[in-house]
Amino acid sequence: MKNQLLFIAVIVLALAMVFGAMGCAPVDQEEEVSPPPDEDVDEDVDEDEEVVEFDGEIKIAVTGPMTNIQGEMMWWGAEMAMNEINEDGGVTIGDETYSVRLIQVETDEIMDPLGAVSAVENVIISEDPHFLIGGFRTEAVMPYTDLVAQDYQKIFVICGAATNELLEGRIDEDYDTWKYLFRVTPIKSTDLVTVTILMLNEVAMAVREELGIEQPKVAILAEALEWNEALVQMAPQIFPTLGLEFVGTFRPSATASDVTTELRGIEASGAQIIYTIFSGPVGIPYGRQWGELEIPAASVGINVEAQKSGYYPATDGFGDYDYTLMTFAQNTEITPETIPFIEKFVDLYGQLPNYNADTYSAVYILTEAAERAGTLDTDAVIVEMEQTDRISAAGRFVFDENHDVTFGPGFVTALGVQWQDGELLGAGWPIEWQPDPENAPDLVVGHEGMVPYQLPPHVLEQWRE
Amino acid sequence: MLSDILVYGLMNGAVYAMLAVGFSLIFGAARIINLAHTAFFMLAAYAVFYFGTSMAFHPIIAIPLSIVIVTLIGVFVYYVFMEPIREHETAVLIITVAVALVFQELILIIFGGHYRGVSSIVSGYISPMGIRISYQYLLTIGVVSLSLVAVWLVLMKTRLGVAIRSSAQDREVANLMGMNVARIAAATMAISVGLAAIAGVMVAPLYTLEPHMWLDPLVLVLAIVILGGLGSIKGSFIGAMILAFIEVTVVFTMPGGSFLKVAIALAIMLVILVVRPEGLYGVYMEGER
Repeated sequence: MKNQLLFIAVIVLALAMVFGAMGCAPVDQEEEVSPPPDEDVDEDVDEDEEVVEFDGEIKIAVTGPMTNIQGEMMWWGAEMAMNEINEDGGVTIGDETYSVRLIQVETDEIMDPLGAVSAVENVIISEDPHFLIGGFRTEAVMPYTDLVAQDYQKIFVICGAATNELLEGRIDEDYDTWKYLFRVTPIKSTDLVTVTILMLNEVAMAVREELGIEQPKVAILAEALEWNEALVQMAPQIFPTLGLEFVGTFRPSATASDVTTELRGIEASGAQIIYTIFSGPVGIPYGRQWGELEIPAASVGINVEAQKSGYYPATDGFGDYDYTLMTFAQNTEITPETIPFIEKFVDLYGQLPNYNADTYSAVYILTEAAERAGTLDTDAVIVEMEQTDRISAAGRFVFDENHDVTFGPGFVTALGVQWQDGELLGAGWPIEWQPDPENAPDLVVGHEGMVPYQLPPHVLEQWRE
Repeated sequence: MLSDILVYGLMNGAVYAMLAVGFSLIFGAARIINLAHTAFFMLAAYAVFYFGTSMAFHPIIAIPLSIVIVTLIGVFVYYVFMEPIREHETAVLIITVAVALVFQELILIIFGGHYRGVSSIVSGYISPMGIRISYQYLLTIGVVSLSLVAVWLVLMKTRLGVAIRSSAQDREVANLMGMNVARIAAATMAISVGLAAIAGVMVAPLYTLEPHMWLDPLVLVLAIVILGGLGSIKGSFIGAMILAFIEVTVVFTMPGGSFLKVAIALAIMLVILVVRPEGLYGVYMEGER
């Protein structure tokens, strides 16, 4: 007995040392500069600065998977906007000045979409926020936007879920019930198809020019989730119009940790291009195995994991030359706001902002609408939200008839980004995009700073051989 | 396609077997259904990430260190949470679920929900018959095979192995013969968790690390051991190979439904169980006891 107790004591000590070391040491370099989100962060006031007295506060609940990067990005974007607004004197509504206060709502919606509904309802009951922003996974956002709009009549600005049906078929069919919902980021699923098809066309042109293959073959590799069904169904019908041959669809789980068999299948199909549609963690093993096994097909499409600074180290550098859709890029000036926003974000949080970080714009759009309305009354703010016309880091924000962000030239377009030698650069599209060459030949869309798309060297090498 | 299925089936089957054999071992010897088994696999993967990537230790240090620490944690968990209530099998089962969830939440607190990657010990690939296999996968298969052989040798050729098998056959008689059954169970737990830890450190460079990564393998491991016959090591090995080959065949023959590979593998397991409810080696396993 005595020996057993001694043994247990030694193990407890060893465990204490291990976990103590884990707690004291930096988890990794990427996170060292990224403070974890705090709950209910009030405005920070420097002791040396003049203290601003506010008459009240605007409470904005940020709902998302806060222990995941998507939630962190939502929080950081919103926090940055909150601090800027409060430092600039707050929000003037009528004769009163309000500060902005964020409330963090951990929805854990990646793992538990249904539990997310309770989390959102809890915060509405306990904190009574004026507005809500966030939402990542469609399977969670669909029910909790039901709740927010139908039961509580609160404004909810979606900042993460792309599914068309979150707004389409709701606002256009029953405006009074659903008018509370808006979307700032990303562009809706069908617009994502358009952008990725334009990016795919860039890659196809490169394959034709550099490999001499007139009709490149394309395989779709898409995670099995609801949000991308439209893309998976539409894409094969579009391929022939681009002079591409469709060779098959592979659909691993969004959480698959190994896609070597799928990649082998794609290689056997003779595809020169892989059209990826990933929002989940499967994007990392994909990037790693695609690069390490030197699969002879260029990778283009959506890979949300590849939009993050951590993608390159997570794939051990094998994710280089992956080409994915993104909202911002550090080298690309979409509007005069883009570079300052990204630089400040990187300074504060040590990571490139992804599309979820445009909660930054959502906070500004909401507070500016409240200022214009001169009240926090929901209906009045909705009317002003509908009038939004704002130049932001991602483009010009104007809401369409479904309260969705308007996609297209002069509005928000998104862009292609490619990992090139360990750097995530705006690349390929849109450099000289002519949206309507027949009717508007002079309309050419391009952003300052973008670089040309590059075929991965291992693809070039193997097809030339 | 046949060569593809053969190669990838063997590759996946080896990793599944490693997890399933460890799970079967502790059940056979101590009647503990350890649902935290794959959580130890996750702990080992995170430990190698922490020591290898964050602390920048050389893999030669990071890998054994991770295996040892996770094995010690396993023994600690056994002594503190399982041993006192070992006679109450249902309570032990629930305790193991709780332990797994505690590990998951600890990982979430320490590392966040970020998806992590670990550098390969050896990068690059070979392509026999035109099939690309990464060196890391080959290394994993090698280490897994060696570990399984080592476990077999321990069970068959050592006094500890005889004690474990005696305890598996009849704990009361083994106890009456003067064996310290609790200590044997602890040693079995150490071997079982050690196997999970070896699998964890070897696949860490192949998989994506995230705090819920223990759940999918747990479903597979449960399916494998039920298919093979609960407690039968041979059954677990063969069950692992069967499920791995089914999965790979699904991906190659119906790529558009490759996300269904686990569901189809489980459906086939159900069909086999309808025909043979005790699992493939269930009766034989009872005889072994």
